[in-house]
Amino acid sequence: MKTFRIGGVHPSENKLSAGEAIETLALPKQAVFPLSQHIGAPATAIVKKGDVVKVGTKIAEAGGFVSAPIFSSVSGKVNKIDTVIDASGYRKPAIFIDVDGDEWEETIDRSTELVKDCSYTPEEIVAKIKDAGVVGMGGACFPTHVKLCPPPGCKAECVIINAVECEPYLTADHRLMLEKPEQILVGVSLLMKAAKVTKGYIGIENNKPDAISLMQEKAIAYPDIEIVPLKVKYPQGGEKQLIDAVIGRQVPAPPAIPISVGAVVQNVGTAYAVYEAVQKNKPLFERIVTVTGKSVKKPSNFLTRMGTPMSQLIEAAGGMPEDTGKVIGGGPMMGKALANTEVPICKGSSGVLLMNDKEASRVEAQPCIRCAKCVGACPMGLEPFLLATLSSLKEWEKVEKEYIMSCIECGSCQFTCPSHRPMLDYIRLGKGTVGGIIRARNAKK
Amino acid sequence: MANKLIISLSPHVHSGDSVQKNMYGVLIALIPAFIVSLIYSGVGAAIVTLTSVAACVFFEWAITKFILKREKTTICDGSAIITGVLLAFNLPSNLPLWIIIVGALVAIGVGKMTFGGLGCNPFNPALVGRIFLLISFPVQMTSWPKIGQWTSYVDAETAATPLALMKQAIHGDTSALSQLPSSFDLFIGANGGCIGEVSAAALIIGLLYMLWKKIITWHVPVSIIATVFVFSGLMHLVNPECYASPTYHLLSGGLMLGAIFMATDYVTSPMTHKGMLIYGVAIGFLTMVIRLFGAYPEGMSFAIFIMNAFTPLINNYCKPKKFGEAVKK
Amino acid sequence: MNLILIAVISLGVIGLISAVILFVASKKFAVYEDPRIAQVAEVLPQANCGGCGYPGCSGFADACVKAGSLEGKLCPVGGQPVMAKVAAILGLEAGTAEPMVAVVRCNGSCEHRPHITKYDGAVSCAVAHATYGGETGCSYGCLGCGDCARACLFDAIHMNPETGLPEVDEEKCTACGACKKACPRNIIEIRPKGKNNRRMYVSCVNKDKGVIARKACEVSCIGCGKCVKVCPFEAITLENNLAYIDPAKCKSCRKCEPECPQGAIVAKNFPLRKPKVEAADPKSENSKAETSKTEVLSNAVPKIDLSKGTPKVEA
Repeated sequence: MKTFRIGGVHPSENKLSAGEAIETLALPKQAVFPLSQHIGAPATAIVKKGDVVKVGTKIAEAGGFVSAPIFSSVSGKVNKIDTVIDASGYRKPAIFIDVDGDEWEETIDRSTELVKDCSYTPEEIVAKIKDAGVVGMGGACFPTHVKLCPPPGCKAECVIINAVECEPYLTADHRLMLEKPEQILVGVSLLMKAAKVTKGYIGIENNKPDAISLMQEKAIAYPDIEIVPLKVKYPQGGEKQLIDAVIGRQVPAPPAIPISVGAVVQNVGTAYAVYEAVQKNKPLFERIVTVTGKSVKKPSNFLTRMGTPMSQLIEAAGGMPEDTGKVIGGGPMMGKALANTEVPICKGSSGVLLMNDKEASRVEAQPCIRCAKCVGACPMGLEPFLLATLSSLKEWEKVEKEYIMSCIECGSCQFTCPSHRPMLDYIRLGKGTVGGIIRARNAKK
Repeated sequence: MANKLIISLSPHVHSGDSVQKNMYGVLIALIPAFIVSLIYSGVGAAIVTLTSVAACVFFEWAITKFILKREKTTICDGSAIITGVLLAFNLPSNLPLWIIIVGALVAIGVGKMTFGGLGCNPFNPALVGRIFLLISFPVQMTSWPKIGQWTSYVDAETAATPLALMKQAIHGDTSALSQLPSSFDLFIGANGGCIGEVSAAALIIGLLYMLWKKIITWHVPVSIIATVFVFSGLMHLVNPECYASPTYHLLSGGLMLGAIFMATDYVTSPMTHKGMLIYGVAIGFLTMVIRLFGAYPEGMSFAIFIMNAFTPLINNYCKPKKFGEAVKK
Repeated sequence: MNLILIAVISLGVIGLISAVILFVASKKFAVYEDPRIAQVAEVLPQANCGGCGYPGCSGFADACVKAGSLEGKLCPVGGQPVMAKVAAILGLEAGTAEPMVAVVRCNGSCEHRPHITKYDGAVSCAVAHATYGGETGCSYGCLGCGDCARACLFDAIHMNPETGLPEVDEEKCTACGACKKACPRNIIEIRPKGKNNRRMYVSCVNKDKGVIARKACEVSCIGCGKCVKVCPFEAITLENNLAYIDPAKCKSCRKCEPECPQGAIVAKNFPLRKPKVEAADPKSENSKAETSKTEVLSNAVPKIDLSKGTPKVEA
């Protein structure tokens, strides 16, 4: 069975909510839409206080090419445009909408009927995706239309769908595949058409045998789409690792991007969002969110409107356990710890994970014993211990030469470190600083 | 919810591995060798090992507490115990106690704590102690008691070790080779030598345990053993009268102990697989050069010591294969 | 005898040859360096702190010699006396520069700023800053991990474990700016020491709206603008909900200090307000309370035992 070639770790899977069917969550009382929900320029608000909006009304326009518009997920009145603490832990501008009823825009096709045929040209599909505000649903939130427009000199050869869900605990993609397989396959063929390629792969880790067999069965009708079962190993869901695992090509060090080796990687949730955007005219305003944790009473998968506060999801999953020590937006390997539970669900929120105090606290760091376990675990073939030390010493030039920009921040190094060293904290710091230095250098040129 | 939410960057989970687990794993892997040493050397082995461990732990505690004035002592992480055990395993079972204590002081004090403690030492502390003793007290350090003397300690009868016999052969005493014990005896440990090094079988059990628990990788021990085998095999083919067969070289002296436990020390060995192979091959080569052409009958400790010094250089030049380098477009 | 003779002769010859090689090399490969550079470097403090903006003391010496004017060049460590010596060596006018000191513009101690979360990451302000807004509701204030204390080469800034804030030892501070650079939140400012070491500053950098800032911290600047109105010298500006006192314009009249409803304006090293001054000041009881608060603050600094303030630096 295929997998990526360098490094990797095996965190315990803890897919507690894998057997829970997707439930639709009740509407929130107030929905909050941060203007910066994606990588790139923040969106600009086009509504003002007192405006009445419907479900699917555009409330913020894309702020540039690498950006995406934002749509209201509720109907009601704009309460204010203010700041809210989002997943980054800082106050960011956001639109607050008071919910009143559930009135949808007429253009949205609300029937559940599967629409297979598509008469749009590739350019029209890309335009529809762009106008629906679709971004990568795996967590990075990179605007999808940008990935479908290869830079000059690059040519896409295949579309790879990331249905790996290698993060422990999360099951949103797994449930989506079990419940909407046909829609996903149509979405994939739309993506293939948009990228002008004839080959599509869907990579699924073999800890989801039910999803693999179901998708394989449905994919018989789509001869261009191949389901690729993959050996379980973290971080297989990393874009570069997935390309390596599925088609055996390795993306060179930055500034090379996946398209440099001819691959367009999209998340399975994105494929579904593309289907809805193109075939149903439905912009991206809801997504599936896993609420899970060892102490959570009822781990669940919710179909949630964006802007819903996380506290409402936690409530619906049986309430906040007494011993909660950490609330994480996303999975345990790459998710962000949240400072409060009022953080709204955004386009990239794949899960809410509640950890108890015991799991949540870090163990005190000990000196590095140079056991090289981090070197063995790094899926990018880097030397994390060295990057961390150089970053903590602020040796930015040296750390750049050690390929710090190749780091994908998967956390395998810190996960495996017997000395419990906070390596990735420092590597992120170094990566951020070196990234700034490189941008400044390029700007000078 | 009464508690404040804890905030830190990802990853929020950990493999559960720890320094202690690795260190105690190594200690568990050393148990078979210790049992064999008890069988063949009796109380002597026990006295030497316990003294060495106690002295190492005491010196580590005392130095962190009184000289470095650190609040937390590091004796619980097990590294000082390992140093103590490895030092003892490199000593004859009839060594006077005061020499052992001096060795432990040098091992922990000079070999480890002067550089800042665990993780900072360029040389394997047990080796520093062993080499210091070997050079300072050559007579006591190279007179090994005959095996099977259960209760005798300092007054034990001594006998030549297989390595000494091999050295005699190189110097022209062709009858020396015939006095060697059988390779089976060497394998299970029924021969003279330092406490822990006699039984290749027990050490290999330890190696298998460490490989199973993923405490070490195969690269260093296998490359050392393979190099020694090839080198001594070639020499044996050239002149079988003078040079003993590779099996003897592999099973005698500190080779197995060194290859499996001393050279694989995390802190002082290279970090990449490529680097580990270079390091292992160089240790094997140096060992054989010292054994066959040098003044000392045994070269393992010196070879590891020399290569410890080269480890930073190897680390600097042997980088892991980066993602994306592997495939040429 | 013969042996000794051979040894002496051979070693002597080797020595002689080496001496000749060295002599030739030193002449042939000599690099001319202005001797004044070495002279200037001699009088510099050799702290190599980089506070002057040049890479170390020799870099500064090199720059001084080559520049032709000392205007704008100051060794923050040695100050005016050292610059006078440098000027004497080079035969130039010493530039005028005001003595400066590092000022911590955050007063959000544990008491003033309730902690709402617990930071569990690497002990580094830079990392904490990249992680989130901080343990308190204020995402502008001090994170308390002590990057500034670690950056200081002169042992002049220490974390006070009680308040969780850094404190500057004004005697030792050379205003080299290392702590300012280390602070990811730009809380530390290098300000003129002021006459008799007396200076006024706004001890807050919070740019949130008043309501949020007040909720997060008892001594935050809420951007009310009272100080701006009362200042007779137009030294205070209000931008992004935050007041700033321009040290160049401030005449230390202390009018703004009692005006601040949050007590965010700090008057450092001023004598206690005498009752006489109080009488002349037409302020009510309210301002008295504020004044005493400030007094406590400005007097508290020298009392603190600096030796125990250093946080554990991670190995």
